[in-house]
Amino acid sequence: MKNLIRKIKGRTNLMIGGIIAAIVVVMAVFAPFLAPYHPVNDANLMFSEEPPGDPFWMGTDQQGRDILSRVIYGARISLAVGLICQILNTSIGVILGLTAGFFGKWWDDLVMGLTNIMLSIPPLIFALAIMAILGPGLVNVFLALGLTNWSFSCRITRSQVLFTRGLDYVKAAKALGYGRIRIMFTQILPNIVGPILVVATLGVADAILLEAALSFLGLGTQPPTPSWGGMLSSAREQLFTAPWISIFPGLAIFITVLGLNLFGDGLRDILDPHTTRSGKA
Amino acid sequence: MFAYAVRRILQFIPTILAISLIMFMLLNVLPGNAAMMAMDSRKAKDPEMIEQLKKRWGLDKPLYVRYLLYLKDLAHGDLGRSFIRGDEVGALVAARIWPTLKLAFTAMAIAVILGIPLGFFSALKQGTWLDTASMVGAVSGVSVPQFWLGLLLMYFFAVQFRLLPPSGYGDGDIAHLILPSVTLGVGYTALLARTTRAAVIEVLNTDYIRTARAKGLSELLINRKHVLRNTLILVMTTAGLQFGFLIGQTVIVEKLFSWPGLGSLLVDSIFMRDIPVTQGCILVIISVFLLVNLAVDLLYAFVDPRIEYS
Repeated sequence: MKNLIRKIKGRTNLMIGGIIAAIVVVMAVFAPFLAPYHPVNDANLMFSEEPPGDPFWMGTDQQGRDILSRVIYGARISLAVGLICQILNTSIGVILGLTAGFFGKWWDDLVMGLTNIMLSIPPLIFALAIMAILGPGLVNVFLALGLTNWSFSCRITRSQVLFTRGLDYVKAAKALGYGRIRIMFTQILPNIVGPILVVATLGVADAILLEAALSFLGLGTQPPTPSWGGMLSSAREQLFTAPWISIFPGLAIFITVLGLNLFGDGLRDILDPHTTRSGKA
Repeated sequence: MFAYAVRRILQFIPTILAISLIMFMLLNVLPGNAAMMAMDSRKAKDPEMIEQLKKRWGLDKPLYVRYLLYLKDLAHGDLGRSFIRGDEVGALVAARIWPTLKLAFTAMAIAVILGIPLGFFSALKQGTWLDTASMVGAVSGVSVPQFWLGLLLMYFFAVQFRLLPPSGYGDGDIAHLILPSVTLGVGYTALLARTTRAAVIEVLNTDYIRTARAKGLSELLINRKHVLRNTLILVMTTAGLQFGFLIGQTVIVEKLFSWPGLGSLLVDSIFMRDIPVTQGCILVIISVFLLVNLAVDLLYAFVDPRIEYS
């Protein structure tokens, strides 16, 4: 335990990333208490495109809504997307990777073939294809992004399983007569959780960026729901008259993703010093 | 070597076939399938008219027949016909390829010229302010949402200082290319810098570098002859793989800067629910990505003498 604390102390990236992530979580959970205005209902055209100042610290948008409040509420969407999509991705990836590595043979070939094909499709393009069919909307974003990025967790899980499979404690479990499913979930999985967690953390950042991109294109979260990407999608038209509309939501995405990336990097330095990140959304 | 090249090129075919199958199934089988969507968007309610449209687009045939017909057309370079505009998809797509390639390759050039040296020197000067600064810059570059960066650049360089045009393609001049390609290139530069740094550190820890040092070779010679060459092999593979990252992002950058490329055609066709065009754009974008990876792999075979390709 002491060892762990010492390890964390030496990692600036882990600390900064953790603090940023904590702030975003607090913003999302306590949004109604933190936001000075309602993000949707407090629209007042009398205060359209007010520059930042008292009482609108980040200014207002075209419909006179307080940008600060919308940024605070936007944390809910980003966090929900990041977590739900990544839980989907990780579940798919871990189950496929675990079974592929453990059972091998034709199943392994099939899973690896599929993974390689997924890796050759740019994530945003695949997400767009799914959105093309499902249509715009937040629930569809969960599905599209949840099915997009599982190949990374699948690959890492499989390679870890291949390494772990031959170790003594797995052989011992086999000798004790444990079933294959039991070995997979009680012996192998707990021992390879570290690298999977690292990939998952970095994946949350990717999912947040992808959701913001989809919403920016108009395919993700639909107005008037405040999402950071969505707030930017109409900002371009007002770039000449009200540039602050463009600045703050983007800054929120940037800082959140930066925090998660720093946290993921720090986590990787501690948990598995050997793998490097390859390929990204 | 020749056999390897042929084999690698032949591998390209099953991959693209599998992708075309997945995309075809995705876009034609799921609940809101292509035909229903197109009819919906044409407000066709009359059942007779629906039957007629189905026949005209060949949608009355079973799915596997449609896929085989699609493949047959594909083999002839025919990507089908737009449901909405009635134009040949091939012609629509062909007009957009060059702007996208121009954008992507300019961004890639920026990234290679900036990212690789940055990563290389920060690895050599590990722990110094140069290393820290460039790695903070790199992690920021990976995290920044491109459409936001583009908006900021647009604001400063087009609105405030009026140095560059805010958006559009112009007559294909360089001024219009600068902002979009820089926006697109930043993330890729950051990725390359990180990859290069990791690769150099890995190479520096190998036995042959220790041997070279022990022999008394100068640092300059070691860096140039041993480190750089071995690093480039590692960096090239990752650079090729991550080109997909760049190709994917062209969609956003093109939309932001009203750039007439494949990405903006793709987004427009999704909004118009024009499945043949969507399908065509996706297939062409992925093919470009696969071809770049193929080129990298072949190049790799020339650069790296250690690997046997028989």
